[in-house]
Amino acid sequence: MKNKSMYIYGVIFAVLAVAPTFLNPYWVDVLNNVGLYAILGLSLNLIVGHAGLFNLGHAAFFAVGAYTAAILNTQFAIPVLWLLPVCALTAGLFAGIIARPIIHLRGDYLCIVTIGVGEILRIALTNDLFGITGGPNGIFGISRPTVFGYVIRRPHEFYYLIGAFLMVTIFLFHRLENSRFGRAVNYLREDETAAEGSGINTSHYKLAVFVLGAAWAGMAGDIFAAKMTIIAPESFNFWESVVMFAIVILGGSGSIPGVLLGAVLFVGLPEVFRDFADARMLIFGAAMVVMMIVRTEGILPQRPRTYALPEARNAGGAP
Amino acid sequence: MEEFFQQLTNGLAVGSIYALIALGYTMVYGVLKLINFAHGDLFTIGAYLGMTLLASFALHETIGPFIGLVVLALMVMGLVAILGAIVERTAYRPLRESPRLSAVVSALGASIFLQNAVMLIYGARFQVYPEDLIPETAIDLFGLYVPLVRILVLAASLVLMAALYTFIQKTRIGTAIRAAAIDQDAARLMGIDVTRVILLVFLIGPALGGAAGLMVGLQYGQINFTMGWTYGMKAFTAAILGGIGNIPGAMLGGLLLGVIEAMGSAYISIAWKDAIAFFVLILILIVRPTGLLGERVAEKV
Repeated sequence: MKNKSMYIYGVIFAVLAVAPTFLNPYWVDVLNNVGLYAILGLSLNLIVGHAGLFNLGHAAFFAVGAYTAAILNTQFAIPVLWLLPVCALTAGLFAGIIARPIIHLRGDYLCIVTIGVGEILRIALTNDLFGITGGPNGIFGISRPTVFGYVIRRPHEFYYLIGAFLMVTIFLFHRLENSRFGRAVNYLREDETAAEGSGINTSHYKLAVFVLGAAWAGMAGDIFAAKMTIIAPESFNFWESVVMFAIVILGGSGSIPGVLLGAVLFVGLPEVFRDFADARMLIFGAAMVVMMIVRTEGILPQRPRTYALPEARNAGGAP
Repeated sequence: MEEFFQQLTNGLAVGSIYALIALGYTMVYGVLKLINFAHGDLFTIGAYLGMTLLASFALHETIGPFIGLVVLALMVMGLVAILGAIVERTAYRPLRESPRLSAVVSALGASIFLQNAVMLIYGARFQVYPEDLIPETAIDLFGLYVPLVRILVLAASLVLMAALYTFIQKTRIGTAIRAAAIDQDAARLMGIDVTRVILLVFLIGPALGGAAGLMVGLQYGQINFTMGWTYGMKAFTAAILGGIGNIPGAMLGGLLLGVIEAMGSAYISIAWKDAIAFFVLILILIVRPTGLLGERVAEKV
């Protein structure tokens, strides 16, 4: 079983690694978007999937990262990739300030506050807060990222940049899932009272996972700004948050392969159905309802942890 | 001072619309503990249905403007109520035993579906209500000239809210709804058919939301397929402001939010008008999470 799935992942990885050689730039760009949403989905998965915290304003943290990168890059000409940690810091800080007073409240309150914060931020960006966000037109002229003097410009070059970032994300989040931190966060999702009783500082962990997820979205924002070279408030509206949320829940909350599949379905498939044009969102909405009814836990839900018993005890125990 | 009172009446009129929508949110939240994201879109549909019915039957010309509008409102409320029940049946009932997050995604899906259905049927552009429905006169209230439509909207909302309040507080069915909101299992043990109560809530809430949609159309004259989102989020804020699940709370929260928003956009900044509601929301959640009239809800242990 384990070997079989490793085999499948290996084939998918190999195909994706050479994909730009046989796809035209348009489809490579679609894959870039899938990758970006996969990173965003994985970061939201920490908050929604693992910790069970409702966050319907993830686009706000994405926006903070993107605007941090855009402002610092256009004002001070700092290379965008150097700004990755700065974007993570600002987005994380922003998330911490918002979540700190409300993290202990019932789930729905967090949900509505994250929606509210997302809207306030979008309105603030549109109203040209502090005169540095460029108002409704946004900021343009963000420079391309450079890796060791090599400028990343075309879709297939971005493909490998986003791909590398995604691989690092998957690896780190996989390690995090199976760490003490990951187990603690899962525990508080399942039963907060029991977790608290077992000595897990629940509000500390909730806050930590919220900030971490937001910081990661901030870094995705940095890449997004570099890829688009122009960003505007409308790229970060409520429906972006809804798409990220749906990617996590529909793909399978708490499961990395599920979220990746969710990103493919939500970002890739609508491109396939471009011919429907106007009715696309109608189908999208109906599909969300139907999928949720058919597969309540998502397509590839998180599997319960299994631990191998030590050989010796197993042999000696049962008759 | 004149300006202040104009803003006050304006805020009360808008607030009464928020209150009507908020009632739908708070009742559904009360029994299902679910934010009904599709509610704002049902409100939009109410506005569009009102426009279509006005154009196709022209009731205000055949049976007089006042009775015409009342009949129109009843038709809109009935149709939106049926639609609300359909949404409950298809998008929410199959997920009643599922994880809460799945139900939230289903609600969002239903919202996207309805919003885009309206767009496909009526087009993405602003639609305009017929103009000469309500005479554009202003009523002299103690030396203050208030547009007639504003008074009508406020009066109609207050009548609807009073009717709902009486229904919830004084009738057996109303008692059943309150019981189901407090504890579904206990209500079931007392012989209350909770499934029917939920269905009823999904008839009443959308009916009030539909009426609110019609009022927005009459008051502002133009409607758009995305307006349900803005009004819906503000109404939900109003519900939290008053204490979620609490019916008088939603009414108070709606009126209060309308006034705060009108004052804020008049005296602080019009550009931030849509953000004011959310600032109020965050402030309320930090200072008094249970809302103004909400009772303290102990976390289950």
